[in-house]
Amino acid sequence: MKFVDEFRDNNKAKTLIKAIKEIAKKIEPMQTKPLQIMEFCGGHTHTIFRYGIEQMLPDTIEMVHGPGCPVCVLPMGRVDDCIALAENPDVIFTTFGDAMRVPGSKKSLLQAKADGADIRMTYSPMDALNLARKNPDKEVIFFGLGFETTMPSSAFTVLAAEREGITNFSLFCNHITTVPTIKAVLDSPDMKLDGFLAPGHVAMVIGERPFDFIAQDYNKPLVITGFEPLDILQSLWMLLQQIEQGRSDVENQYTRIVKPNGNTPALTAISQVFEVREFFEWRGLGSIDHSGVRMKPAYAAFDAEKKFLVANIKIADPKSCQCGEVVKGVIKPWDCKIFGTKCTPETPIGALMVSSEGACAAYFNNGYDKKKLA
Amino acid sequence: MNTSIDSTITIPKTKFSGKTITLSHGAGGKAMHDLIEQIFVNTFNNSKLSLLEDQARFDFTTLTALGDRLAMTTDSYVVDPLFFPGGDIGKLAITGTVNDLAVGGAKPLYLTCSMIIEEGFAIDELHRIALSMKKTADEAGVIIVTGDTKVVPRGFADKLFINTAGIGVIAQNTQILASRAEEDDVVIINGYIGDHGAAIVDARGELALEVSIETDCQVLNHLIQDMLACCPDIHCMRDATRGGLATVLNEFAIASDVAITLEQNQIPIRDEVRGVCEVLGLDPLYLANEGKLVAIVKKEDANALLNVMKNHPAGVNSAIIGSVSTFPQGKVLLETGFGGTRIIDMLVGEQLPRIC
Repeated sequence: MKFVDEFRDNNKAKTLIKAIKEIAKKIEPMQTKPLQIMEFCGGHTHTIFRYGIEQMLPDTIEMVHGPGCPVCVLPMGRVDDCIALAENPDVIFTTFGDAMRVPGSKKSLLQAKADGADIRMTYSPMDALNLARKNPDKEVIFFGLGFETTMPSSAFTVLAAEREGITNFSLFCNHITTVPTIKAVLDSPDMKLDGFLAPGHVAMVIGERPFDFIAQDYNKPLVITGFEPLDILQSLWMLLQQIEQGRSDVENQYTRIVKPNGNTPALTAISQVFEVREFFEWRGLGSIDHSGVRMKPAYAAFDAEKKFLVANIKIADPKSCQCGEVVKGVIKPWDCKIFGTKCTPETPIGALMVSSEGACAAYFNNGYDKKKLA
Repeated sequence: MNTSIDSTITIPKTKFSGKTITLSHGAGGKAMHDLIEQIFVNTFNNSKLSLLEDQARFDFTTLTALGDRLAMTTDSYVVDPLFFPGGDIGKLAITGTVNDLAVGGAKPLYLTCSMIIEEGFAIDELHRIALSMKKTADEAGVIIVTGDTKVVPRGFADKLFINTAGIGVIAQNTQILASRAEEDDVVIINGYIGDHGAAIVDARGELALEVSIETDCQVLNHLIQDMLACCPDIHCMRDATRGGLATVLNEFAIASDVAITLEQNQIPIRDEVRGVCEVLGLDPLYLANEGKLVAIVKKEDANALLNVMKNHPAGVNSAIIGSVSTFPQGKVLLETGFGGTRIIDMLVGEQLPRIC
């Protein structure tokens, strides 16, 4: 299939793997531990598992699956808030499909739907706006979540609602920001990462420059990476070259999509509608300063947090859960005490078991006994 | 998007033309009798049903001449929408039950048909669905011998639900079991995966996709008879409906305590279906099929069987897609075309509701 198969070509993969192995060999004498490379984004984690990329890499390279799965890092209290909103009889609550299964303290949105709440899965916030047009007697709430990748579509939807004077649409804004989150990972005392594959679709919106601090202040090399398997391999090869040459630069592998300055209309819409929160609560990572956005007061008429009483429930992560350590690369998913026993994709306890983009679910579904297979 | 009705079906005129179902059509009185007579009995048209007894009756001698075991199955159909490219709920209600009998090696013979109809449903649509059932039953060589009609108030069911049960006979020496996969066996499928699931997504029209994919909904019993004639010792066979190819193979791997390895490049899949999956983030290995069987056979039998399958209209795109080994037990592995390997687990949750 055109524009798909070219990026999954087995022969090109072999060439890249060979190049990666050669350069890894050169780096090996300088290493005291395996190279830890974090792919920040859940989309990358998904590709790595889907194509079995980890097994193709030399043992001296270890992929650390980062916190960039927005569904995974959603705290239980936020899910409870969603359910409280959705159980309002005058509300149609809409969200992306993956958010349906995230456990709250008592139930998930899927269970709330079965209990009678009007909860609908949409592929775009614009679909939610359509529902608002068709159901003028109901309030349609869109549960907006995700990093800068999904922020523009939420912002454009709010702007469209304003333009059309639609009064029965609101956004429950849970969007989060990439840079403070990477900074939190880098500032963590047990961090041992050697480099990053940076999220291509976030960079598509925000551009290359916001990542400069990683290279300049923390001296970690970084490559902005696309989502096809060859993108991942090429980026790893670029990253290893930086490591071998002792460089730490921001490089862009995903040039077919990511422009150095990002997407100006998207950034304009984001800054028009959203402002940074002082802090935001993450599942597995705790509270991170400036890591979320809320709607500006000018858009209060479209802000579910203003239109409804949102309890902003805080619920601590389950004690047995070690998601935070997995996300920072301190332990591997299978080292967690409850991995695959109490915590499975059917009954997730930790965030990383929730979505197929979460590292633990990915291992569980696609190869957690990789070690045994080898 | 592409909604479609079978243009080969024409609805004969009845006193019901243009009307809708009311609660009286399920009340046991004259309205119900007229409906059953004109829409179902006249359409399904066979001597067992026409007797209008409360039960169908079968001669043992006819049955025992065909084999030494009876097979029985039942399935309910709640697909939304009722009409979709390449099929409708009526066709599905026949193929699904016929195929469930056939993949066990049974010759399907008799089906039942229960309808749960929502008040307000158009009788012309009901008639069209009954005609589609008859057409598909004729293709399969089965008859609908008994049935039931219930009408529920508006809002208590979504338009129409159908249940069919079926009886067939299994010939002596046929031993198809999920637990019979052995080391070095090979896995065969009779064509493209995922067409049905993708067609339903398309037919719902919520995503305004610019493709037209038809369901693969088809009866498999004739193909299977040809397969058994060529290779009586088929080890495992199931139709890959809900949960798709991945689920059936997991069932085989667990029941047989073996490993099954698929080669991604060998699995037949249409570009349109791949495209839908790429856009929506679905995995075609889990997408529903309604006319696809997965068989596990001895390696020595595979090539001859593949030839027979390819010569049948229901198996033109058949392919050998994988093999059986001993380790890791109970697991299905996929050798990705990219060069890696991953485990294909059972599906957690659902990909799409109400596909069949």
